[in-house]
Amino acid sequence: MTTGLVLLATALLLATAALAVARAGHERIHDIVYGASLALMTAILVLALVALLAGGDSALRLPLGLPWIGARFRIDALSAFFLALLGAGGAFASLYGLGYGRHETAPERVLPFYPLFLAGMTLVLLADDAFTFLLAWEVMSLASWALVLTQHRVADNRQAGYVYLAMASAGTVALLLAFGLLAGATGAYGFAEIREATPTPLTATLVLLLALFGAGSKAGLVPLHVWLPLAHPAAPSHVSALMSGVMTKVAIYGFLRLVLDLLGEPPWWAALVVLFMGGATAVIGILMALMQRDLKRLLAYSTIENVGVVFVGIGLALAFQASGMAAAAALALTAALFHALNHMLFKSLLFMGAGAVLTATGTADMERLGGLIHRLPVTSVVVLVGAVAIAALPPFNGFASEWLLFQAILQSPELADWGLKVMVPAVGAMLALAAALAAACFVKAYGITFLGRPRSPAATDAVEVDRLSLAAMAGLAALCLLAGILPGLIIDALAPVTTALLGQTMPVQRSLPWLTIVPIAESRSSYNGLLVCLFILVSGWLAALAIHRFASRRLRRGPAWGCGFAEPVAAGQYSGASFAQPIQRVLGPLLLRSAETVDMPRPGELRPARHTLRQEDIFWDRLYAPLAGLVENLAGRLNVLQFLTIRRYLSLVFAALVLLLLALAIWS
Amino acid sequence: MELIGGLAVQGVQMALVLLLAPGLTGLVRTFKARLLRRRGPPVLQPYRDLARLLRKEVVLAENASWLFRVAPYLIFAATWVAAALVPTFASGLLFSWTADLIVIVALLASARFFLALAGMDVGTGFGGIGASREMMISSLAEPAMLLIIFTIALVAGSTRLATVSAYLASDEVGLRVSLGLALIALVIVAIAENARVPVDNPATHLELTMVHEAMVLEYSGRHLAMIELAASLKLLLFVALIASVFLPFGLADAGSEPLAWLQGLALFVAKLVAAAALLALFETSIAKMRVFRVPQFLGAALMLGLLGTLLLFVSRSL
Repeated sequence: MTTGLVLLATALLLATAALAVARAGHERIHDIVYGASLALMTAILVLALVALLAGGDSALRLPLGLPWIGARFRIDALSAFFLALLGAGGAFASLYGLGYGRHETAPERVLPFYPLFLAGMTLVLLADDAFTFLLAWEVMSLASWALVLTQHRVADNRQAGYVYLAMASAGTVALLLAFGLLAGATGAYGFAEIREATPTPLTATLVLLLALFGAGSKAGLVPLHVWLPLAHPAAPSHVSALMSGVMTKVAIYGFLRLVLDLLGEPPWWAALVVLFMGGATAVIGILMALMQRDLKRLLAYSTIENVGVVFVGIGLALAFQASGMAAAAALALTAALFHALNHMLFKSLLFMGAGAVLTATGTADMERLGGLIHRLPVTSVVVLVGAVAIAALPPFNGFASEWLLFQAILQSPELADWGLKVMVPAVGAMLALAAALAAACFVKAYGITFLGRPRSPAATDAVEVDRLSLAAMAGLAALCLLAGILPGLIIDALAPVTTALLGQTMPVQRSLPWLTIVPIAESRSSYNGLLVCLFILVSGWLAALAIHRFASRRLRRGPAWGCGFAEPVAAGQYSGASFAQPIQRVLGPLLLRSAETVDMPRPGELRPARHTLRQEDIFWDRLYAPLAGLVENLAGRLNVLQFLTIRRYLSLVFAALVLLLLALAIWS
Repeated sequence: MELIGGLAVQGVQMALVLLLAPGLTGLVRTFKARLLRRRGPPVLQPYRDLARLLRKEVVLAENASWLFRVAPYLIFAATWVAAALVPTFASGLLFSWTADLIVIVALLASARFFLALAGMDVGTGFGGIGASREMMISSLAEPAMLLIIFTIALVAGSTRLATVSAYLASDEVGLRVSLGLALIALVIVAIAENARVPVDNPATHLELTMVHEAMVLEYSGRHLAMIELAASLKLLLFVALIASVFLPFGLADAGSEPLAWLQGLALFVAKLVAAAALLALFETSIAKMRVFRVPQFLGAALMLGLLGTLLLFVSRSL
């Protein structure tokens, strides 16, 4: 029933996409597309929440697709949670699009693909057989690729689209192979049949690696992340919000579905690989984010960090599961899923904020912004909420999920395997480092963009954006606070998911007094976001009240202290690059291979002093550039084959046939 | 009745940290002055400074935003809440379950986040340099602090301070290598977090060498008073934290007799005096580091914390 209704909503999304093509020139088409998307995504959100909380699976089989399989759809707890996440993210992005999309210069390049993208993601979550899953995955990839190319006249965007297409295709091939291996020789493509079968250790290993490549490249795991910071910022901001906030989560869903659900028992070292990749992704992602000067690219790199955090949670869950510690595994998985939800909330909010900045000033280059807190009163408040939340500071939601993750790490000395025993504290340190760097990164992002004095005329004359965009951002900001002060409710809502995947849940939090969360036992740890929030507000308010009442409330405005210079120029402020310089100097040589050179002219010389910072993207330069070179080289050599005579072609075909038959003969 | 008693103890704790914090700062200054063979200001000078600042008007930079005016109260509130949750004279306070060690550290991180933002708000070079360096220092000090918490929590089996100090006060702990490493690391982190020599100099007046002072350069009047008070509270918090984890003797239980409270209080004040003396001795015997030497100092804390945690992963008895 629920599945049918969600499928109906998806069909309507596809119809909206068709309508956007058919009525491309219509003056109200923009309102219709985003309005319909908003309504349908809200419906999906409500249906998914009902499915998640009421429990129970609902499956449906449609006579579509491959004739002997049909298309199977099913909503279980895992897909219901991710559908709810998608519904919320999609609804807020559509609401934002209603306002923001009006400024679109090429609406015909956005409107048809936007609902298609949403429909693709919904179908990935609904799919119950490999064929439907892969088809939906491709729809999602291609629709988002088209959206990345909205501003196709910018050369950088074309490059981003090309890299994205290459990486998305490679990822899909990996998933195709993974499902092929799981389906076995008989071709049982339904998820139910795959779940029944027990793969050999070799198959399980290969499937795990392929899933890590396929889903990991879509989610942005290092070193498969190179496309993400190029592609996510290139799309319009509400699509960036969807790609970063929701599509990476759909990729995480794919990984969970393949590894925790379909594969059955993952090999023992799976946890080791996932933990290490997650930790490395978190640190490298946030460090790269800190070095960016484009606000949207900074946010995209920070997405990589958060994906790393989620994968650390998944890796911990795998480790605990392999050691038979079901309760700790449930805690780690809950933390991972909670963080995935939180990341959708604050990253969507921040991308929308970046979109608002882009609309207001025409640039996302932080070195040309500044002082926007005076010009964009509402945007600056909601983006501040997002920045505090993503920096994992209490009482907001980012802190609640990271706190749970730290509690899970503290469970790990009981792990059986020695490799994991050494790996987990190291990953804990990486996670702590990433959290601290995230705070530095968002002090920079907010401080340079919104505080200080405007660095360009565009920033001086910025005007606040439209109300619908503001409403979407304010809604997300409110949810960030709510999820932060009421984490117990979300932990309880996640219980069906952990039951389905691990057969165990965290203790019920709902009945605890004052909405405290207690992950294991009262004596071990507890946290109450609501009371902490109240304490801070009350004591701050009391202090302000007492001081204004009994001491002084006088105030005088004067010029800022500039060491005696009366009118400091805006360029004299700290820039984003100078803000990041100390951290770049401490961690950069090690992790980014950055090098600084200072060329200081001697007294009397007339050339200017020059300071250059060289920063290498190790993964691009060391991994992808050689790979691309190899492919190009091979292609060049094979080029000869295009200019043969017909006789040679025929002999080639004949030789190939003989070889294949020979191989077949030897094989059997 | 029990609730009222609990509330009373919690209230006393909140008032106590607020009252003692400037005194601790004054004590450190006095000790330092004596060690330098100066007479120094009286111990009560910080209270007088605060009273004077509170009475003065605020001179606000022309382009300061609302964030600049709200931040002092937020910073003060977050630090005060954090300090009120650390056991000082009694443990097992009424609200001790609302926040564990990780939350207390994160509350301090929130305060620092807003302080750094406030430093960047006016748009002068000094605010920026202070904020940037502060975030560099914290990006190493915070992970070190979390690893110290991991070490302590793995020994005590809890991240709740009340449980931790009760466990460490019992006889079953004994001497632990990991706790020794954690103590050294915690002292390093405390020095860095409180902007003391050799990481930062609280008494400096040369802008380019300042970290904390550079961020608050634009503050005046009541705003500055709030920030100074928050800084004092933070120092007290770290002393109380080290005392409650590594010297948990003499802590009264929340439900015990008022006499036990008084005893705990006297012991706490004694611990504060000892800590102030040690800090002053340390600060006078070491020179301030260059900014880019600080990462090595903090890196040592990070590695000690990691080592302590690793040891506990290898064996629970180390």
